[in-house]
Amino acid sequence: MAIKNQIKQSLIIAFWFMILTFPIMVIKVNTIRHTIDFRWANLVGVGIVTFFASMTWNYFLRRNEDQKKKEMDDDIPLIHRLLQNDRFRRPFLGVVAAFFLAYPFVFPMYHTSIMISALVYVMLGLGLNIVVGLAGLLDLGYVAFYAVGAYAYALLNLHFGLSFWVVLPISALLGTFFGVMLGYPVLRLRGDYLAIVTLGFGEIIRIVLENWDSFSNGPRGIGDIPAPTFFGHQFNQENTMVYIYFIVIGLVLMTIFFVNRLENSKIGRAWIALRDDEIACQAMGIDKFKTKLTAFALGATWAAMGGVVFAAKTSYINPMSFTIWESITILCVVVIGGMGSAIGVIAGALVLILLPEYLRAVSEYRMLVFGALQVIVMVFKPDGLIKSVRKVYTFNVQEKAIHEQTNT
Amino acid sequence: MRWINIALGVAVAGIICFFAVRELLIDPMYFFELFLGGLTRGSIYALIALGYTMVYGIIQLINFAHGEIYMIGAMTALIVASVLGMWGWNTAVIVILAFVFAIVYSCAYGFTVEKIAYKPLRNAPRLSALISAIGMSLFLQNYVMLAQTPEYLPFKSLIPDFKFWEPFAHIITSVEITIIVTTVIVMILLGILIKFTRIGKAMRATAQDKVMSALLGINVNNVISATFVVGSATAAIGGVLIACHVGQINFFIGFLAGLKAFIAAVLGGIGSIPGAVLGSLVLGISESYFTGYFYSEYEDVFAFTILVIILIFRPSGILGRHDAQKV
Repeated sequence: MAIKNQIKQSLIIAFWFMILTFPIMVIKVNTIRHTIDFRWANLVGVGIVTFFASMTWNYFLRRNEDQKKKEMDDDIPLIHRLLQNDRFRRPFLGVVAAFFLAYPFVFPMYHTSIMISALVYVMLGLGLNIVVGLAGLLDLGYVAFYAVGAYAYALLNLHFGLSFWVVLPISALLGTFFGVMLGYPVLRLRGDYLAIVTLGFGEIIRIVLENWDSFSNGPRGIGDIPAPTFFGHQFNQENTMVYIYFIVIGLVLMTIFFVNRLENSKIGRAWIALRDDEIACQAMGIDKFKTKLTAFALGATWAAMGGVVFAAKTSYINPMSFTIWESITILCVVVIGGMGSAIGVIAGALVLILLPEYLRAVSEYRMLVFGALQVIVMVFKPDGLIKSVRKVYTFNVQEKAIHEQTNT
Repeated sequence: MRWINIALGVAVAGIICFFAVRELLIDPMYFFELFLGGLTRGSIYALIALGYTMVYGIIQLINFAHGEIYMIGAMTALIVASVLGMWGWNTAVIVILAFVFAIVYSCAYGFTVEKIAYKPLRNAPRLSALISAIGMSLFLQNYVMLAQTPEYLPFKSLIPDFKFWEPFAHIITSVEITIIVTTVIVMILLGILIKFTRIGKAMRATAQDKVMSALLGINVNNVISATFVVGSATAAIGGVLIACHVGQINFFIGFLAGLKAFIAAVLGGIGSIPGAVLGSLVLGISESYFTGYFYSEYEDVFAFTILVIILIFRPSGILGRHDAQKV
C-alpha cells in the first residue's frame, strides 16, 4: 500500500515537472530562420528521470528522518577509521606518496599539467576550508584573492623583474593585506551579508582588472610570465612542468601541515566554536571579530599563493580566469568534499577537477552537476562526502596516576 | 561617533546636491532623461527586490535563485511570444498570453525551488540553506543554457511604440512609461494583498513569529509557499518588462539583475516592503546619474560600493528596523 502511494506521488511529481520544463526543454525557436523545433524526446526523458529521482529523493528523505530519530550520527567515515589504524596508516601514506612522486615521470606532460591544476585547487580548497569550513564564513569572492596573487606575480615580474620565489612570500603578504582590508569593514556583519559583499568584491576586482588598461593591460591580459627557476637555472619546457609539479606538491604539503596544526590550535578551536554558536562563543570570552578576521586573512593568503602558481604555470593571465564561476567551483570543492574536513577537501578537489578534464564529452554539464550536487549534499549529507572528525581528547587516568606517583 | 556620522552624511549630501544643481542648470534635458532612465531601472529593481525582501522577511534566507526565476520568466515570455508569432496570432493576444505564461511559469518554478532546495533545510544551519540556494541558482542557469542556447536571443518588444509630444519624445519611450506605470500598479495591488487579505495577514504574522502563528492555526508551510509564488510573479513581470526594454536576453541576465535587486533590498532595509521599493528607486536613479556623468564601465562597481558603505554605516538599511538577535 505504501509503495503504491509512493509511486502515485512520484507519477504526479513527474507530470508536474513535465509541464514545468515544457517551454524550455521542449520548444526551441530559431528566430532567424523562423522555425520551431519541438523536441518531444526531451519531454519523455524529463518524465522518466524525475519519476525515478523523486522515488530516490523520497526514499533518502525518509531514511534520513529515521536516522535522526535513532541518533545514529556518530559514525566515523571509513577513511578516518583506516587512518587511525596504525597498521594501515603507514602503508597507505607510503602508497600515496609513491604515486604522487612517480606521477610526472610515469605520465606524459599533458597529465602532469592537469594534475598541477587539480593540486592548485587542493590548495585553494584547503584555504577556503579555513574560511567556510572551520570559521563558517561564506566567502563567494575567494577568486579575488587568487587574482591578487596571479596579478602580483605577473606585474611585479613585468615591472621589476622579480622572480617566482621572491614574489611568492610577497603575494602571500598581499593576500593577507587584502583579506584584512576587505574583512575589516564586512566581518562585523551577519553571515549572509558577507556572502553578497564578498561576491561583490570578487566582481569589483575583475571589472577593475578588465577596465584599468594602463595597470593590468585590460582584457588582453599579461603574457610571457616566466616559469620559476631552480637556484637561477631555467629548465626546458617539459622539465619546468615537472618542477612546478613538485613545487605545488611542496606547497600542498605545507598547506596540509598548517591547516592541521591550525585546526587543533587555540585559534582553530575558536573558529569551530564560532561557527557552531556565535553567541555562546562570545559569552566564553572569544573576540568574535578578531577570530573571524584571522580566518578570512589566512584564507586569502592561500588563495594568493595559489594565484602565483597558476600564473607561473599558464604563463598567461587575463581577467577571464577570475570570474565568479571560479569562486563557485572552489566552494563546491569544499562543500561537496566535506566542510571542515581536510581529507574531504583534498578528495573533493581531485575528483571535481580531474573528472571533468577526462570526461570531456560531459564537461559542459559540469556546472549543472555542481549546482545539483550542492543542493543534494546540503539536503542529505550536510557534512559532505567525507565528514570532518573532531579531535577527541582522552583523559588517561592510569597515566595520570603513574605521573602523580613518580612526583611524590 | 554619532555626530561624526551625521556631519559626514550632511557633507556628502551637500556635495551631491551641489553637483546635481550644477548639472541641472547646465543641461536640464539630459538631467531629466537620466532621471527617467533611473526611474525605469529602479522600477525593475523594485519588482525583483520585492521577492528577496518578502522571502527574507519570512524565512531569513537570501534566495539566491530569485534572479534565475526572473530570467526564466523572461525566457518563457520570449518562447511563447515567438511561437505564437510564427503561428500568426493576433498581437494583443500574444502580449497577454506571453505575460500570463511568464507569470504562471515563474510562480511554478519559485514554488518548486522552495519545495526542493529550501523546505528540507528549514531547521538546518543558515549556511546550509544559503549554499543550497547558490546550488539551485547555478543549476537553473545551466539548465536554461543547455536546453536553449548560451547566445543572446533577440527579444521583440511586446509593447507597441507610440510617440509622445515634443519635447518628451526625446527623453522617454513607451516602454519606459509602461514599466513605471506597471510597477506602480503592481505595488498598489501588492500593498492591498499584504494589508487586507487573509493570506497577507498570515504572511505578516509568520514573518513576526513562526511558532506563534503556527500555534494560532496558520499553515506556515503554505504561507511560505505563497510568499515564494508572489515574489516570483512580480519578478516575472519585471523580467518581461526589462526584456522589452533591453531587446535581448540570455541565460545569465538573472545573475546581475538579482544582485542589484538584492543590493536595493538591503539599501532599503531587508524584510521591509516599502523599504525595497525606496531602495530600488534610490539605487536606480543614483546608478543612472553615475553612468551618465562619470564612468559607465564602473556601473556595477558603483552599486557594490554603495552596498558596502550602507552595510558599514547603517546595516539595517533606510527603513529597516534593528532587531536584537535572539538566543
